[in-house]
Amino acid sequence: MQSRAYCAVMENNVLLDRRRMLLGAGVLGLAPLFPTWAQSGHGGHRSGHRSGKGALAGHNTGGTLSGESIALSIGEARYAVGNRAASAIAVNGTIPAPLIRLREGQNVRIAVTNTLQEQTSIHWHGLLVPFQMDGVPGVSFPGIDPGETFTYEFPILHPGTFWYHSHSGMQEAVGLYGPIVIDPATPDPVTFDREYVLMLADWSPIDPHTQLRKLKTMGGYYNWQRQTVGGLLKRRDQSLKERLEWAKMRMDATDISDVTGATYSFLINGHDSLANWTALFAPGERIKLRIINASSMTNFNFRIPGLPMTVVAADGCNVQPVEIDEIQIAIAEAYDVIVQPAEAAAFGIIAEAIDRSGLVRATLAPQPGMVGAVPKLRTRPVLNMRDMGMDMSGMDMGSGGEIDLSKPANESMDGHSMKMRDLSLAPGVKPGPGVATISPMPADRLADRGTGLENEDHRVLTYAELRSREANPDPRTPTRQIDVNLTANMERYMWSIDGETMSEGAQPIPFRTGERVRVNLINHTMMPHPIHLHGHFFELVTGEAGNRPRKHTVNVLPGGKASFDLTADAEGDWAFHCHMLLHMHAGMMRVVTVRADKGPAA
Amino acid sequence: MSAIRTILLACAALASFPAFAQDPHAGHDMGQMKAGPEEVGTAPPPPVPTDHPADAFWDASRMAKARAALSQEGRFYGNALIGDRLEYRATNGRDGYAWQVMGWVGGDIDRLAVETEGEGAFGEALETGEVRAAWRHALDPWWNFELGARQDFGLGPDRTYGVIGIEGLAPYWFEVGAHAFVSNKGDVHFRLEAEHDMRLTQRLILQPSVEIDAAAQDVPELGIGAGFEKIELGTRLRYEFVREFAPYVGVHWERKLGETARLARADGESASSFSAVIGIRTWF
Repeated sequence: MQSRAYCAVMENNVLLDRRRMLLGAGVLGLAPLFPTWAQSGHGGHRSGHRSGKGALAGHNTGGTLSGESIALSIGEARYAVGNRAASAIAVNGTIPAPLIRLREGQNVRIAVTNTLQEQTSIHWHGLLVPFQMDGVPGVSFPGIDPGETFTYEFPILHPGTFWYHSHSGMQEAVGLYGPIVIDPATPDPVTFDREYVLMLADWSPIDPHTQLRKLKTMGGYYNWQRQTVGGLLKRRDQSLKERLEWAKMRMDATDISDVTGATYSFLINGHDSLANWTALFAPGERIKLRIINASSMTNFNFRIPGLPMTVVAADGCNVQPVEIDEIQIAIAEAYDVIVQPAEAAAFGIIAEAIDRSGLVRATLAPQPGMVGAVPKLRTRPVLNMRDMGMDMSGMDMGSGGEIDLSKPANESMDGHSMKMRDLSLAPGVKPGPGVATISPMPADRLADRGTGLENEDHRVLTYAELRSREANPDPRTPTRQIDVNLTANMERYMWSIDGETMSEGAQPIPFRTGERVRVNLINHTMMPHPIHLHGHFFELVTGEAGNRPRKHTVNVLPGGKASFDLTADAEGDWAFHCHMLLHMHAGMMRVVTVRADKGPAA
Repeated sequence: MSAIRTILLACAALASFPAFAQDPHAGHDMGQMKAGPEEVGTAPPPPVPTDHPADAFWDASRMAKARAALSQEGRFYGNALIGDRLEYRATNGRDGYAWQVMGWVGGDIDRLAVETEGEGAFGEALETGEVRAAWRHALDPWWNFELGARQDFGLGPDRTYGVIGIEGLAPYWFEVGAHAFVSNKGDVHFRLEAEHDMRLTQRLILQPSVEIDAAAQDVPELGIGAGFEKIELGTRLRYEFVREFAPYVGVHWERKLGETARLARADGESASSFSAVIGIRTWF
């Protein structure tokens, strides 16, 4: 078989890489094995090669796979960050997995061999592929059994920055993730001199199933930044009155992330701050950074202090350039940004966990060996009323801007209840122990800054600032809309959609082929949820119609709403879920069906 | 590859739209979903299909197995064992010990909960000891119903009880339990427990606790009188090196009440006792 021959060649490359890497790493000893693209200081990809064919000539291609036939071998590995090590899952011997670099318009066959003792799968995150090639066991295909080789085959329909990861057994938490870059068939509207992939990730030596068990026993297991009496005495965080109000509702205003820096090492291209992954540049160059958040449970605040970033693509789709200083990149999102450092200085590339329990620094420098500064971790955010689903805009807040939660709703609230679990406000939600709160007045939060960035005094990207570069393909107004309620109980650590999990028999969400539907995601929890729909791009309902941002993942802020318009143009069955891995695993997931119309609902 | 064709056709169809997309009447309200030019329709949803298109591409029996596995994925099944109190009690008389250990096995809604507690003085027979096993069923986000049995093995006759009660998390983060016990001799008892974790710092946690026991009737062979039997108050200050290991120091005071106290005094015992405690809280 052709792919087998290819595989052998590729393994040689990997071996060569390994040798080169070990020579380079020398003193590090236990250093993990990186694919070339993720190695520090490798010089990036020159955009000049992007018009050529196949692999990037003149560069280390060992970690980059191109062409029409690709082989991936998934196997057990050992992975170490700093002085911690644990068993992991690698692709072709590397974590992160090799960069798959293809060209718009080509076809590709990717043979995936499973050498694990358990089932595996690969999902091509963001790529529009036929549903049966989408890689979700039980939805699109049966999965890849131990010892089996499964060959994916699909056309490459569109350019952009994407990634691939396992959709089985929470394997992406232990290393099974890698980047995909699709070069455009026509010249890129955005020119650049050099480009790098930055894969943000979190890694813990504690197996994700064990993490889940700990959280089921104690919802705040990994939160070591709670409010304390000591903090109260120092006038930190909430006032006593607010603390009592929140305690009465059994809600924790510091519940920003479930799994935190207490167990995670945060990584850029597999490197922690100490390993200092370094990207090289020559002053004045335009550098494209393809940033992908491949974390299991960490939303990141991304910034390069001293260097403005121009966002040119979101989730692989071109956007009109917008210059900003910081982006909150939710799990599974991808942003392409252009930076142009004029001076020959080292810049810190900073990805900070949104709960500020840790960060990772990489470096952008004119030469290897330079170190970008590590900024101080900023103060952990405290959730507010808006995160609780109380839209305070246009409301008489009374004296001091405080709301007395013990009082019933007044007229200015339009008869809305201020109770935190009024199920009549969300008729689609099945009540039960898994639904602790219902947002009483959820606000559309697409124009809001991400959690904890509300008061930063520099430019922070919001979804509302994104405008698609190309006109949206489907200008039709939706013929119907549906509410999708994101529901949870943090104390019991239960996560669901509409109060129900698939294990409880939740029905798929049906669409007609070609119909245009508005999907309103309503977050009834106090945590952001990056919701990902397979097989489609959708348009976020923000700003004027026509050039709305197209995405495959949208982060629904706590207690808020996010709407998107979907043209259900890909027949088949698709996964639709929160990309926080433990949330998905615990039940915040649905199957979406797209079928030719056979008449109205019975 | 009909799906590929569909996608390609859709792409071709969509590519012809852009001119249309420059709608000059498009909404002017930034980011808000107010009514306006975009009046979303009210078409009914399609029926939920019952077919599985993947079966047309892959072995249907393997697909069925994979679907079953996916539908079970979110079904949590786990366990925990928590040594809430394992402590040494220094008191006026003979120093003693006490334990309170609980565990559970099961899912989100239904669990088998096992709890054991007891106390005694060194060099003497065990004073009180009990083990409880109950079906614990989640009633709502915060409260669980419990139904089970309790076996005593302390001083006096070893009774067996049926247990019914609730336990859960009350407003203001109080862990609360309220149980009724009916023994194999027909006597009825009640117990109310509450505790609260007050974080002084991230790791230093002050935990006040209270337990009140009552009986519906006199049970002379157990030294219990009808009405309130006993109150226990404690405060423990623990330091969480990790969640799983937290040593603590504290105080524990208990006082027998009413007829129960009179019976104790008649027996030559003190109705109340105060002890300083040192122990560990641990998880497995």
